[in-house]
Amino acid sequence: MSEVRTFNEEALIEEQGYDDHFHEHHHEDKYKSSFIFKYIFSLDHKIIARQFLFTGMFWAIIGAGMSIIFRLQLGFPDESLAWLKPMLGRWIMMNEETGVGTLDPQFYYALVTMHGTIIVFFVLTAGLSGTFSNLLIPLQLGARDMASPLLNMMSYWFFFLAGVVMFFSLFLSTGPFSGGWVAYPPLSALPQASSGSGAGMTLWLVSLTLFVVSVLLGGINYITTVLNLRTKGMSLWRMPLTIWAFFVTAIIGLLSFPVLVSGFFLLIADRSLGTSFYLSEIFINGQALDYVGGSPVLYQHLFWFLGHPEVYIIILPAMGIVSEVLSVHARKPIFGYKAMVYSILAIAFLSFIVWAHHMFMSGVNPFISNFFVIFTLIIAVPSAVKVFNWITTLWGGNIRLNSPMLFAIGFVSMFISGGLTGIFLGNSAIDIQLHDTYFVVAHFHIVMGIAAFFGMFAGVYHWFPRMFGRFMNETLGRIHFWMTMIGAYAIFWPMHYLGMAGVPRRYYRFDSFEAFGQFSTMNEFITIAAIITFAAQILFVINFIWSINNGRKMTTKNPWLATTLEWTTPIKAGHGNWPGKIPTVHRWAYDYGKDGQDFIPQIVPLSEKELAEDAH
Amino acid sequence: MIGILIVGIIFLFGVVVVQIGKVTDLTAKIRGEETVNRNITNSQAKWLMVFCVVFLVYCVASAWYYKNSMLGYGPHEAASAHGGDIDSLFNVTLFFTGIVFILTHIALFWFTYKYRRQEGRVGKFFSHDNKLEAIWTIVPALVMVYLVTNGLVVWNEVMPDVDPQEEVLEFEATGSQFLWEIRYPGPDGKLGTKNFRLINGGNNPLGQDWTDKKNIDDFHATDIYLPVNQKVRVRITAKDVLHNFYLPHFRLKMDAIPGLPTYFVFTPTKTTEEYREELSKYPEWQVPFDPEDPNGPQRWEMFDYELACAELCGKGHYSMRRIVKVVSQEEYDEWFNAQSSYYVQNIRNTDLDPFKGELLDYEINARSKELLSEFEAALIEDNPSDISINLTNVFFNTGSAELRERSKYELENISKILKEYSDVSIEISGHTDNTGDANANLILSRERANAVINYLVNKGIGSNRLRAVGYGQSQPADTNDTVEGRQANRRIEMKIISQNL
Repeated sequence: MSEVRTFNEEALIEEQGYDDHFHEHHHEDKYKSSFIFKYIFSLDHKIIARQFLFTGMFWAIIGAGMSIIFRLQLGFPDESLAWLKPMLGRWIMMNEETGVGTLDPQFYYALVTMHGTIIVFFVLTAGLSGTFSNLLIPLQLGARDMASPLLNMMSYWFFFLAGVVMFFSLFLSTGPFSGGWVAYPPLSALPQASSGSGAGMTLWLVSLTLFVVSVLLGGINYITTVLNLRTKGMSLWRMPLTIWAFFVTAIIGLLSFPVLVSGFFLLIADRSLGTSFYLSEIFINGQALDYVGGSPVLYQHLFWFLGHPEVYIIILPAMGIVSEVLSVHARKPIFGYKAMVYSILAIAFLSFIVWAHHMFMSGVNPFISNFFVIFTLIIAVPSAVKVFNWITTLWGGNIRLNSPMLFAIGFVSMFISGGLTGIFLGNSAIDIQLHDTYFVVAHFHIVMGIAAFFGMFAGVYHWFPRMFGRFMNETLGRIHFWMTMIGAYAIFWPMHYLGMAGVPRRYYRFDSFEAFGQFSTMNEFITIAAIITFAAQILFVINFIWSINNGRKMTTKNPWLATTLEWTTPIKAGHGNWPGKIPTVHRWAYDYGKDGQDFIPQIVPLSEKELAEDAH
Repeated sequence: MIGILIVGIIFLFGVVVVQIGKVTDLTAKIRGEETVNRNITNSQAKWLMVFCVVFLVYCVASAWYYKNSMLGYGPHEAASAHGGDIDSLFNVTLFFTGIVFILTHIALFWFTYKYRRQEGRVGKFFSHDNKLEAIWTIVPALVMVYLVTNGLVVWNEVMPDVDPQEEVLEFEATGSQFLWEIRYPGPDGKLGTKNFRLINGGNNPLGQDWTDKKNIDDFHATDIYLPVNQKVRVRITAKDVLHNFYLPHFRLKMDAIPGLPTYFVFTPTKTTEEYREELSKYPEWQVPFDPEDPNGPQRWEMFDYELACAELCGKGHYSMRRIVKVVSQEEYDEWFNAQSSYYVQNIRNTDLDPFKGELLDYEINARSKELLSEFEAALIEDNPSDISINLTNVFFNTGSAELRERSKYELENISKILKEYSDVSIEISGHTDNTGDANANLILSRERANAVINYLVNKGIGSNRLRAVGYGQSQPADTNDTVEGRQANRRIEMKIISQNL
């Protein structure tokens, strides 16, 4: 039996740490003055992280709930939805004679659009990256807080405001925006084209512009913090992979979101000022419009210049979290740390030069597509390296199979399954057939939807003690994992077959086509799986809320026996994170199983033996 | 009521969840955390292995079960020349990714099982291995190079536009909310120009510019007919928002963009009938088309290629269906010849017609054929002089015997006929309606007949073969009480009077 060495973190920090004279400045009053400033307009990154998480969970329930309603339509198109009338009102069209209620197609498309927008931006960008970047960047780097706590707070409140505007749009009489989350003009530009393109689209644009402000304020803060506020000894090459991931994510966001906003501004100009950036030669509702000379394809370029990096904005933080969780619970260093960092950087770089692979069938010059195919499929290489490294991290480990670890393993499985189908779609010739079919729906839901959610769950279960001083319930966590793992595959795996058969996405019903209408049993199955999987998420939410006050208490500072700095702070860390000095770092974040020791925290100085080895 | 029930169920669900939570925390306390954790780790590791096996079996089995929906298998074969390449590319990719999928999943779950937590074990300090990492960088890179190369070869064969000199059949599909409109170029093989400002739901749904003569023979079609093995270029346009021209059976998809025409070139290789034959071999197609009518036609008999929309275009996006019929060249020609031009049917000689009052080439050609056949029909009659051929396209100014410019086509045709049938003599007779003085009419009719004769003589027809007669108003062909009747009565007729064999 090997000894599990414990470390006296407080003594180590006191002895080795760096005194920044933090507590001589009497910050305490400013941060703890009243309930409102402590918990609502808080400047503390740990509170802001929780705010992002709660808001993200709220939106996740709404966004996923919407998918259940439209899945009911797709799985059971002829069943009455009259029972939803109290909630959806006139969007359920009643047949007076039979009493059968059907979902208004207009609202079906609004649900699909809102589901995409909410999950992509509010849940997987703000909820995932916002939560964990805020929580972990200062804590894992040994910083007192973000570089600018004020901008950080504003980042959250802009996100909150974006959410309020979007939520309001759900209740418009003309309905929320319904032209797909990508909002391609002319459909999104012309209120004549769709009732959701009126006030709903205006609010959508306002909301997402506010959201981009939030992302930019957050991103510039994350980057500055990582570059300037690392504690003594924390060189870039000693940062945990979580921080690398959040850092690169913030850079991608900072470079790509402004392009999206400029695209939005041109769209707003087309909608309100009569310009023709995206519109040309349109005849609609019996009327020829005056727009001439614009190109709808221009919008697609601007949109996907963000849109593609966006999928990495979503998945990189999840990758960082999973790398960390796998390593901690496998009690092994992450395999190929440097390769992991270089993969993140390579993926980030490539993410900017592949956007047109969303547009192979959009009428762009087929010659140009050659380059986008090549760059797109190059991404498979760093992605493959990451997968092999994760799997090798498990090899020879001493694996704890608790909830965070199960979700991390589930993430790897999802990332493999969804990533491989990307190889089909990235090859433009195959994309001719598969573009905008259910194959695409299956691909991106698995690789960036479910996988990112799994990363988020792994993070929540893993850092819940850090956030709330208590653990989430393990049994419920495992039930949650198994229902979600099996449920997610049950939902999305069959969709590959739909896609191969040519069934297009964004169809209100399939039976108008002989070629698409033959899968009603499969669609029923998918809907039932979706409902069960959704119920499992409710289980998670209940577990989460219940555990905040009633979960098993954290009795030691470092329950997972991890090496990183966030586990060296007091269980109830106040503002400034460390009561006295801030810790000094002596080693990288992955000394697990080194020299026969279970783990060696980053704050522990190198032993004589290690110093001797380093000297070589 | 249902609302209360749902809230109640969710509440009960919550209570159950919380109780499970409490119980597990309690058992952990009673039994000791270590024991509980060991048991859990073991059982979770086992379940993960079970999951791995069941999942992989499910993946393979479901693929087998749905093989008839997979690209290139069973009845789901491509119906176009390029489609097979796409299908085989798909399957090559499936082969490589399938191997990776299975191997990585086995490794992932097997390592998790094998290295599950055990007392006293310390994880290996195995932080990197350059050789290993180089291998799994280079091998995927090589596989990707292979797939990219294959993919780009296919892409660059499928996507180029046709050579300007190449003979292709071109037709046009225009998407709008929420239907496809199909236009064929007519016998000239060329689509006329369009202008969105000319679109008018009632009499110009596509905004065709009628001053462009290429539009004159363009016809609109309900179903898309295509001759098998003929290279086709489809011009894809849209009126209002984005649409996507999607023919799943032909592996073809392209956005339709207002203001920016796109295209796709393909060659259908299987007729609808041949595709139906293929389908008839599969049990899922050997069921009644209408389940209510077991004796009705079977599904395969009712199969048709379909055109769909694959770009979200509004609330009716899911309903933009058209049928595509691929037929033999003979059937295609038959269908093609039976179509009539939109212009001729709806525009010709209305106020919208820029050529109102002019003779158009197609009319001249049709008339020349008609005249020849009327002439030849009269020739084989027992008594050809009984047949009067109405020269419908000979026109005079009102009240005068001066030939109008556009009479020349008809007269040229007569001169051509007379040169070919050099042994035939004819009589040209003039007729009027009953307005005005009967005598004056008689003179006018004779002068008009003479004008025709003079024209023919100038063209080199011997005057001995021609005779002019004026009948005035004495031989009305129709009533003189209506405008149309009088119009029909003012005419020039031709009659064969002798033929020297």
